[in-house]
Order: sequence, then C-alpha cells, then structure tokens
Amino acid sequence: MHELSLAGGILCMVEAAAAREHFLRVAKLRLEVGALAGVEPQALRFALAAMISGTCLEGGEITIDEVPGSARCLHCSTNVEIASYIEPCSICGSYALQATGGTGLRVVDLLVFND
Amino acid sequence: MCVVCGCNADPNSGHDPVQTKDLVATDAALESPNGDLHYGAGAARLSMPGLSQARVIHMEADVLGENQRLAVRNRAHFAAHGVTALNLVSSPGSGKTTLLCASISALKARRPDLSVAVIEGDQQTSVDADRIRATGAPAIQVNTGRGCHLDAQMVGDAFARLDLHAVAHHSHAGRALLFIENVGNLVCPALWDLGEAAKVVVLSVTEGEDKPLKYPEMFAAATLMLINKIDLLPYVSFDVVRCIEYAQRVNPGIEVLLVSATRGDGMGDWLAWLLPLRADKHRRTAPRRFKQNTASELLSRTAGLTR
Repeated sequence: MHELSLAGGILCMVEAAAAREHFLRVAKLRLEVGALAGVEPQALRFALAAMISGTCLEGGEITIDEVPGSARCLHCSTNVEIASYIEPCSICGSYALQATGGTGLRVVDLLVFND
Repeated sequence: MCVVCGCNADPNSGHDPVQTKDLVATDAALESPNGDLHYGAGAARLSMPGLSQARVIHMEADVLGENQRLAVRNRAHFAAHGVTALNLVSSPGSGKTTLLCASISALKARRPDLSVAVIEGDQQTSVDADRIRATGAPAIQVNTGRGCHLDAQMVGDAFARLDLHAVAHHSHAGRALLFIENVGNLVCPALWDLGEAAKVVVLSVTEGEDKPLKYPEMFAAATLMLINKIDLLPYVSFDVVRCIEYAQRVNPGIEVLLVSATRGDGMGDWLAWLLPLRADKHRRTAPRRFKQNTASELLSRTAGLTR
C-alpha cells in the first residue's frame, strides 16, 4: 500500500505550496497517474481521503487523470500505447518495448482560495 | 439554480445556468450566452480589480520528486566515496539475507581488501541485521514500521551511520560495496529510487515462474534477476526457461543469473557480475549482457541439476 506514502508526499507538496503561495484552502487538486507508474488510482484516492482532514485539502475535489503508457518498440521502431509492461507491441507483436511515457505520478495544478 | 443571476432557467431555454463549479477567478466577469457580463460572482459577491478569490497554481511536479532529489544526493555521496550500492528487492522469503551472507563470505575470500556493508530493511526486528553482523560485515537495520519499502531518506540516514566512507578512505582499493536489502515486497520498492547503481530482483524457484508477469513494474525496474534456490529445482515445478522469457518480456534488457545461496551453485557467476564494482568504470568491461544466454546454458553452468 505505497499509495499511503504517495498521498503523504502529495499532502506535503500541497502544504509547501500553501506556505509559498499564501493560500488557505484547496478547492480542486488535479493529479496525473501514468498507466506504468505502479500506482492504483483508487487506492491513492482512498489514502488521500484518509489523510486530508484538518489540512487545506479538506473538502476539496480531487481529480485523478489517468494517462496511458507509451513505449518505443525496439524491433519495429514504432511508438505504441501500452496499458502495462506485459503487453507486446501492437504493430509487430515484439515484447522488446522501452517505456517512454505514462510512468509518473504528478501533481498538475491546484485551484485555491485565500479564505 | 444559476449562481450568476439566480434564475431557475431550464437549460434548454437558451440561458445556460452557471453552476458553482464554473466559478474560477472572480476578478474576471462571467459571460452569459446572451453576452451579458456578471461581476461579483464569487463567494464574496463583490468584484475587486486585481484580487482573485480563487486562483490556479500550476505545479507540474513529480510526487516522487523529493525522494528523487534525495536519491540523487545519495548517488553522488556513494560515488564520492567509491561505494557501489545495490538495491536487492524480492518477495518475502526468497532468500535475500541468506544470499547476502553467502556473498559476503565469498567476497571476503576473493577480495579481502573490499569493504562490504549492508543496510537491512524490514518492517520489524533486527534479526536480519544480526545475521549479517555474524558474518563480520557491518550492518544497519532500518525498521520501516508500517512502511512497505525503503526510501532515499532512510538509506541516506543509514549510510551516514555506517561510516563506510571512512572505510573507503582507508582501504587499499578505496572501493566498497553496499548491499541494500529492501523490505520483502514485489510491488512498492519498484517506485523508490534509493541512489543505487542497480536493482537486483531475487526470485526463488519455490515462488513460481510467472512472478515477472504478475509484478511487472519490479522486473521492469531491475537490472539483474537472480533466480535463487536452484538446488530445489528437482523438487518443484518451476520452468526456468519460461521464467526468463517472462522477465525479458517485461524488461528486454534484464540480465539473468541462477544461484543457490545455500549450496553455492552459480555464486561464481554472481561474483563475476559484482566485480569489478560498477563504480570502477575504468576497470569494468562492457556491460555484461546475459540475455543471449539461454536458460539451458545457465543451467549447465550450475552443477548436478536435473529437471
């Protein structure tokens, strides 16, 4: 359940931003989870919900955008979309894929209030 | 109800009611479909030029960025002190600690000048660190409590206590090997960079050959897969060829070695992979790629194995 650690990391980032940008309340938090990030969006949402009471995120809406994984096929040199590391190239069927995108978990932006 | 004008307009009437969720910045006017401008639509019902009640803060930041920053610091610290760090990951019970004890004894015989130390990650107890210390190598136990993985901060703190850098300054070769035994878990440790030179995933033959497909992130992140407990191959149904094929499916560049930490099979190959150390770039030959080796070649190199 590493989503709990990740939720803690997100909370720290938001609180650091609150101190830096002087806001008191987050109305909307937008996250981006890549299909190859090893993060389960539902577990992350659950972990965040458990952690945000009493913080500036309390009551805020949390959006998690899921980004597809992308990879370059080392066999046919095509850039293909993959949902997990166990998928083959959709063009040539080779498993020699190098992940190129959708591997991260990012905080995209915040909609914040000063009151 | 429309939060701009308070009307209860039917959405089909030509006047789209503006909902609360549409309100962003309140110093700007909201425009109705008919071109009317509505100021003071925010919670304060008042427009103040230059003052926005709500604003968007663009972060575009990696959640693991802080860990990454600390991992980069660890990596620089390791490099500055000639320490090659390897992050050993596996499910619980694959034999990581037994493998480390056997590796430390074998390294002592082959490279007595090399300093070897271990950072042991577990949720509880110092049983593993005690086993390592019994071999004579220094070890620090890191208990993560409820945490399911080591992070870069824990490793940095533990490394500072190991004082490997003092050892590195005084040893002849000025080189040291740091094994980081992660918490037994094939999921979470894949995400946390600790500053290691490589991740080594240990998979024992009692676990089943389909682990690389079931936990692809970990095998995708690893440089080397060590198939351990091969002395038990005659007694379990574990398809080595298929296991390697699965691992290469999720990670085409993964290297593979077969070992038995208890009986000693394949330990020569493992030591040959470890030495010269990865930090010794000028002494290390081209990256060893075992991917061309078929499983049968690997098996034939380990004595007395029949399937």
